[in-house]
Amino acid sequence: MTRLNSNARHAVRFTLNGKPVEAEAEPRMLLSDFLRHQLGATGTHVGCEHGVCGACTVIVDGMLTRSCLTLAAQVDGCEIRTVEGLAPSADRLGVLQQAFRRNHALQCGFCTAGILMSLDHYLGENPAPTEAGIRDLLSGHLCRCTGYTPIIQAALEAAAQLASPTKETSDA
Amino acid sequence: MKPAAFDYLRAATTSEALEALAQQGGDARVLAGGQSLMAMLNMRLAKPKLLVDIMRIKELRRIERQKDAVVIGASVRQAELLAWPALAEALPLVALALPWVGHMQTRSRGTVCGSLAHADPSAEMPLTLVALGGEVLLRSAKRRRRVAAKDFFAGMMLTARADDELIEGISLPIARDGRFAFREVARRHGDFAIVACAAMKTSSGVRLAVGGVADVPTARDWPRLDGTALDDALNAFAYELGARDDVHATARYRRDLVRMIGRDLIGEVLQ
Repeated sequence: MTRLNSNARHAVRFTLNGKPVEAEAEPRMLLSDFLRHQLGATGTHVGCEHGVCGACTVIVDGMLTRSCLTLAAQVDGCEIRTVEGLAPSADRLGVLQQAFRRNHALQCGFCTAGILMSLDHYLGENPAPTEAGIRDLLSGHLCRCTGYTPIIQAALEAAAQLASPTKETSDA
Repeated sequence: MKPAAFDYLRAATTSEALEALAQQGGDARVLAGGQSLMAMLNMRLAKPKLLVDIMRIKELRRIERQKDAVVIGASVRQAELLAWPALAEALPLVALALPWVGHMQTRSRGTVCGSLAHADPSAEMPLTLVALGGEVLLRSAKRRRRVAAKDFFAGMMLTARADDELIEGISLPIARDGRFAFREVARRHGDFAIVACAAMKTSSGVRLAVGGVADVPTARDWPRLDGTALDDALNAFAYELGARDDVHATARYRRDLVRMIGRDLIGEVLQ
């Protein structure tokens, strides 16, 4: 049993994109705020803060997770992946990110980090996705710029490319 | 949109969680998947002094098939139940209703029992529990008790759970060559239901359960009915549910949905 007192900060440790991290948090601190404020990982965006918009979606132990509906204390010892972990290196975008760029699947970009995490997870489990499946997944995200159509296009294109990984269609 | 301060307790065993609930009573809230409670905390609609996190209690993470029922533990996530290979055969109504609960991104974390504890009148899992006539397994430091679905939901977001009790799990009867149907109308898939209905064939006729209209999901049994007798029964039921106008839909639209969906689903299961 671990009991964390409300008026103190407590150490929280987990693995973030493969690297061990540690910082302090009050029990009430949300994972979204912990990532951004304590760890400086500001790729994860905070929209509605009650689980509706999907902008803050990350992956915790292989599960899609609203980081605004999760306490930092809850994920102690877990493995967390955020949008910062998608690019293979600092100067190169991942396949899905390249497809987003080609298809104009983002405009203001506020919702994009969450959508990328959902799609990255989904394409990993469904290598041959249907448009209906992607639409169902995207119902958990709000995008007010694109109208979703370019996002669906990008996801299908990325899936096709991941199925035949030799072709590189962009230097981005 | 940040929660008020609380102590956080990560329980390793059920007895630790029960002990904390016994001591703290109504000032404590049980945290499972957090998909309803965390939003309430963020909006400060709930301000508990203590959160008891039960997700690392191994004994609550079980889907157990018994002779006539399936017991689903308190820390079983909705996505885990959806992925249970026997779901469609043992609990076909759950298999139909569960994909309507929230979104993929919330089902991955949210628990089946957490949705019942939250008791939103338009939520799918409370409706399913009532339709199937399942039971809620409650446990405190002193005693265990089983509460029938129809007695568990006491009002909008109110249940029969006492402050010192934990929902240990639920028990759902296994389907025996039954026919089931489920349909929901919402603004978008995954949004809260304006009206959700479940129908099943019973030994004496048919049962229709409706969520999103009354304060609690409500089931009604009829003998085999058709034609105007069925229309009249559905119309009477739609009025008895006491629909109200709100921002999502008018009372009249809700009654229309109950009559229309009810008729469709009953036709489906009695085919």
